[in-house]
Amino acid sequence: MSDVAIDATNLTKKFGDFTAVDHISFQVKKGEIFGLLGPNGAGKSTAIRMLSTLSAPTEGTALVAGFDVRKEDGKVREHIGLVSEKLIMYDELTASENLRLFGNLYDIPKDVLEKRMSKLLDFVRMKQWADHRIDTFSTGMKQRINVIRALVNQPEILFLDEPTLGLDPQSTAEIRELVRRINIENGTTIILTTHMMTEADMLCDRIGIIDRGKIVALDTPVGLKRSVSGSDTTLFEFEIPNLTPSLVSSVKSLGSVKSVVQDDPTHVKVSSTGDDSFDTLVDMLRKNGAQIRTVRNLEPTLEDVFLKITGHEVRDEAAKAPIPTRKGGPPGMRPRKRVR
Amino acid sequence: MGIKRALRHSAWICWKDLLEFSRSKLRLVMLILMPLLMMMMVGFIFPTGDTISQQPIALANQDMAVNGTSLGDSFVAQLETVNEQTGMMELTDAADFDDIKSKIQDGEVMGGIIVPSTFTSDILSGRQGNITVMTDQSNPQMSATIQTVLTAVIEQLGFLMAEQNLNQTYGVSLEQAPAVLMPYNVELKGIVPGDPNYFEFVAPGIMAMVVMMSLMTGLPHAISYEKDMGTLDGMLSAPISRWSIIVGKVMAQSSMGLIQGFIILLLSVLLFGVTIQGSILLVVFLIILTVFSFVGLGILITSFADKEETATMVMMTFMFPMMFLSGVFFPIQQMPSFMQTLANFLPLTYAADALRKVMVLGAGIDAVFTDVIVLAAFGSVLLAIAVPMFKRAMSR
Repeated sequence: MSDVAIDATNLTKKFGDFTAVDHISFQVKKGEIFGLLGPNGAGKSTAIRMLSTLSAPTEGTALVAGFDVRKEDGKVREHIGLVSEKLIMYDELTASENLRLFGNLYDIPKDVLEKRMSKLLDFVRMKQWADHRIDTFSTGMKQRINVIRALVNQPEILFLDEPTLGLDPQSTAEIRELVRRINIENGTTIILTTHMMTEADMLCDRIGIIDRGKIVALDTPVGLKRSVSGSDTTLFEFEIPNLTPSLVSSVKSLGSVKSVVQDDPTHVKVSSTGDDSFDTLVDMLRKNGAQIRTVRNLEPTLEDVFLKITGHEVRDEAAKAPIPTRKGGPPGMRPRKRVR
Repeated sequence: MGIKRALRHSAWICWKDLLEFSRSKLRLVMLILMPLLMMMMVGFIFPTGDTISQQPIALANQDMAVNGTSLGDSFVAQLETVNEQTGMMELTDAADFDDIKSKIQDGEVMGGIIVPSTFTSDILSGRQGNITVMTDQSNPQMSATIQTVLTAVIEQLGFLMAEQNLNQTYGVSLEQAPAVLMPYNVELKGIVPGDPNYFEFVAPGIMAMVVMMSLMTGLPHAISYEKDMGTLDGMLSAPISRWSIIVGKVMAQSSMGLIQGFIILLLSVLLFGVTIQGSILLVVFLIILTVFSFVGLGILITSFADKEETATMVMMTFMFPMMFLSGVFFPIQQMPSFMQTLANFLPLTYAADALRKVMVLGAGIDAVFTDVIVLAAFGSVLLAIAVPMFKRAMSR
């Protein structure tokens, strides 16, 4: 078996004249957390819907867990779990009733299912809530159950469409932690979509930036940031109360340092190359008696990356004009231009 | 194996739907309340001869006595005697036509009777005595009923008068008088034993209608609601057949429709004195067949409607004509011919007809054979159209 979990080729979805996803091709390796980053309406959800067989591609196809989403959708479904933008849970049912329902749709034998359910509930520390109705839960609790619901068939690949949307900061942190644990402890390949730069930066091994239905950049978070600064140069700003000209010139003499700028008597900006440049810098400064009060990494953020690549800031495309959803379009998906 | 597996998935989806339903006490109450209200409503809103009671009627006696005798007074006395026995009217005195008119306009009375001033003199001089009946035509139903009732009462009083005249003038005995006056008599004989009421007419139709409603509103609602909520994606991304989803939903909605159908059956028998003449088993079979005939239509609406609101609108558009055109409340034979033709295309017409024949007339399977064939054909054809449509709609 290859080490590719998802292989998308020219995947395209059109709703009438509007192209939601425009010939995207990418690969996701087994065991990685892959992020699709982009504003609302960029085509992230539509891409996820095609990969999880909920929507048939207009053009192109994708192999998911080795099966073609067009021809072998049944096989694909056996190997995936889906956490979509909206909660897939029945409010009037209890947590375990929800898990049991979906477990049975995957033909999991009863005793295996019950054991697995209890393990999953333990996994998210929700065991004591197993027999409580979903509508009595907080949003964060609901999302935890919603995530383990998608794990009930022990999927190789887990799709998460905006998993932290609408959650408070604490729940957001919990869910991010959960995603990381699922990836590490179960080795599950995870594809997540987000419009939050920090989330993609924190969680993902690789990120595909999607804008107007196209993948405009695809790399590791570090790689993407480097593509903005042009090389593997990193920029640090030190605050050193006892800064002296001799300290500055000794920093300049370091091989990894490319340039040094002193803004004021206590602040100095250092641009250096190499993965261990920070260690070298700090070691040298400490050896020369410098008291480092603060240090800031002036590394470009993913926001900068997005701005540089797309030429515009992250914004919700749909917010510009209230255009009605086209018939058959997925919920929340809005065309950019009014189709005449 | 494949079918067994698909049915197991359906059963789980059905279990889920029913469990969800049973968790809502309000919905459970409504499940029972709806058929009850339905029966009460249709059973009591239509005016019938014997439900007319204590209707306020104005009476103006303008008759002028001739030689000290007023036949108008004796007419009024007779009318009051009849009314005391039947209690149909609540008589109030009025002066003349205009007085009664203003009383009707004010809503004080529903109609009026005028005995004109020439009443006695007309009769004594060998002419007919005219009696004017006034009604409010702006309320056609009431107007017609009051007109019928008052005309009948006055005719009956005239008949009694005629009998006495015959006796006194020609010496015909009072026993023979009716035969002389009305040589032909009408004797009514229905084919249903006992005294059937309107409930017996509507109950079978209401049963068919409730089953129809629960499928036509319930099925599109159940699916488009899950679509809107996003929970349908959970089922669609599971390795189950699209069939399983729709079959599970149909199973759940049908059970609720059947429960309501049987509540109506029970209420009709226990509260409204309906007796079932035919075989109960045949009734059950017909109800299940009715479910089958509407499933396709329900799925079709579901596939067309992308949102819950759309589904509700589409369903309403079809349901109301069905309710009124299919002979549930009014006999089809009363309708203009093009409406009758239209009614022939509605499955509810056949369902109501078959159920009525079996429940009220005690008919066997052979008498409703045509209905059964039409219902089965209707269901099969619509299913054949609806299933591919549904599959397509699900993968948009």
